Amino acid sequence: MKIAIPVNEKSMDTSICISFGRTPYFMIYDTETKESQFLENVAATSQGGAGIAAAQALVDSGAKALLTPRCGENAAQVLTAAGMKIYKTMNDSVSDNINAFVEGKLSVLDEIHSGFHGHGGN
Amino acid sequence: MKIAVLSGKGGTGKTLVSVNLAAAADKALYIDCDVEEPNGYLFFKPEGVETEKISIRLPAVYEDRCNGCRKCVEFCKFNALAYVGNRLIVFDEVCHSCGGCMLVCPEKAIYERDKLIGEVQRGRSEKVTVITGILNTGEASGIPIIKRLLEAGDREESELTFIDCPPGSACIVMESIKEADYCILVAEPTLFGAHNLNMVHELVELFDKPYGVVLNKCMEGENPSETLCLEKGMKILGRIPFDKELGILNSNALISVRESAKYRQMFMELLQNLKEEVQHETVVNP
Repeated sequence: MKIAIPVNEKSMDTSICISFGRTPYFMIYDTETKESQFLENVAATSQGGAGIAAAQALVDSGAKALLTPRCGENAAQVLTAAGMKIYKTMNDSVSDNINAFVEGKLSVLDEIHSGFHGHGGN
Repeated sequence: MKIAVLSGKGGTGKTLVSVNLAAAADKALYIDCDVEEPNGYLFFKPEGVETEKISIRLPAVYEDRCNGCRKCVEFCKFNALAYVGNRLIVFDEVCHSCGGCMLVCPEKAIYERDKLIGEVQRGRSEKVTVITGILNTGEASGIPIIKRLLEAGDREESELTFIDCPPGSACIVMESIKEADYCILVAEPTLFGAHNLNMVHELVELFDKPYGVVLNKCMEGENPSETLCLEKGMKILGRIPFDKELGILNSNALISVRESAKYRQMFMELLQNLKEEVQHETVVNP
């Protein structure tokens, strides 16, 4: 099963990015082969709707779960429409969170924030 | 002549200045572009109000025609569309109503539906025509309402128009000042006030608009906004004192130039300064 994690750098020892929609990269990790790939988040620089476009890219990547500290409502709507599960990360370590996910210890993200749209300019 | 009245923050006195200047003029048009919380009408209490409902156009999908090619998703600069689970999702509040998705769809699977977002009201208060924009609560953008307000203003063929802008310096303010011939920046005598004055000053410079400053709530002692005006060479059109009587009139939703000879005099002078300044600007920078 492929899982996606927003990360700050394109390397295995990267930290998890605090933003979902504006993260520079997503790590796509395969829990069976234990291989990981990095997906550049082209939505990061978009004027608006970054979460929507990032979520679309993740759905297209074939990932079935997202491990993230936060997620906005528009992105969550896209992800859930695709049947993707959203889990809340416990710290900013990629390996800790992958291990916790594999062991079934991560909880489902239930605080979906309403986004920051329109604050400081529409 | 269109005069936009703006400020970097709320509560500095945009409405006080624009309402009283309009009331002090012989004949004027007052447009309230602060569509999220219009309050000029509370002072003018316009009569014979006519209302026009304002809608925007949003995309909708004929699902049987959509083949999932995603041309619309790729086209949308605002990422208002997603294609997931063999279905197109439209995010209404992200959409800017450009209609592009409908144009690029090769299957003609997208049509537009109207969504009511607010209204424009027009009425009279003595010699002032009052046009007010109202955005419904929860709507994402007031810009479509402001466009309609300014169009409605153009139809009045008024010689003197005051545009009461929303606070700040975001897109909604840019839309409000776009067609203005002159901008009045209203500022408070605080550090925060000076900071916000600086922001709108940058905005009017960027838009290459002639402008002048009205210093409101002036007290004894230091005025950081005035200091900023002197530093940057910003023209000061007038000063309004921090005055209890004026505050009471204003908080009772009364127009001070209609209630008191003293304030009538003060705003007449401000109007005169403004007219001379605008005339000067049009001679220097036609």
